[in-house]
Amino acid sequence: MQCEMTARKDGRNADAEQAGGEFHWAFRADPGAVREALGRVVAWFSCQMSEDEAGTLELALAEVLNNVVEHGYAGLDPGPVNLCISRGPDGLSCRISDRGNPMPGLKLPDGEMQPVADEIEDMAEGGWGWAMIRELTRDLTYQRGDQSNCVSFRLPITPN
Amino acid sequence: MNLSSQEVDGAIVVHVNENRIDAAIAIQFKDRLREMTNGPGDRVILDMSRVDFVDSSGLGAIVSAMKFLAPTRKLELAALTPNVSKVFRLTRMDSVFPIHASVPLQGAGNAV
Repeated sequence: MQCEMTARKDGRNADAEQAGGEFHWAFRADPGAVREALGRVVAWFSCQMSEDEAGTLELALAEVLNNVVEHGYAGLDPGPVNLCISRGPDGLSCRISDRGNPMPGLKLPDGEMQPVADEIEDMAEGGWGWAMIRELTRDLTYQRGDQSNCVSFRLPITPN
Repeated sequence: MNLSSQEVDGAIVVHVNENRIDAAIAIQFKDRLREMTNGPGDRVILDMSRVDFVDSSGLGAIVSAMKFLAPTRKLELAALTPNVSKVFRLTRMDSVFPIHASVPLQGAGNAV
């Protein structure tokens, strides 16, 4: 895949801001826009890390962003989502903020990986999101601020 | 939602001609798969070779497909790419589905 940073030197694609190695992208909370945001992240970072690391980054972000779309803005008009990824000595720091509903109990879901049911008809068809996020990330935090939510985490990936 | 199917030795092989099964298309995927697996045959094999990303919504759609095919028919998966394989491993769903390394008799079956 072509490295987006290379393409960007031509100044043709200035939608995402790059300042001091940071990636910023703002969008409205809907599944199509999440898909586009993830595509931009992968295009941006894939040339700096292994496919496995890029896959981990995409999966962790997808689960947090899907949660914002499905639960954060549940019962509300889809509102803004801000995604910021910065590089540091300990890896990539990711921050996702939105202006949707607070997390229940003002805390992150526990996200225990649910046991696999013995019978097919009892199998869950969801509920893996936070368990995967917790397994894939480090330093996961949630803050409820001025009518906004902010989830942040670190991935121990050092981009090239 | 681009799925195609062929019959291979009595099994329905469904090729997922999309590179993602994610929250944006999970419902269409589930509905389309249900339509395509109405025919006879006790095995449905999902060819995942072109899919390089599945999130928990996509996984939920695959589990849902397994549930509506049961108890008479079994859903099996073939040719998981590394990132997709990781999702099945993390959620332990790799212990639920028979997973084949490659798509059986790819290209040799009769198109339906």
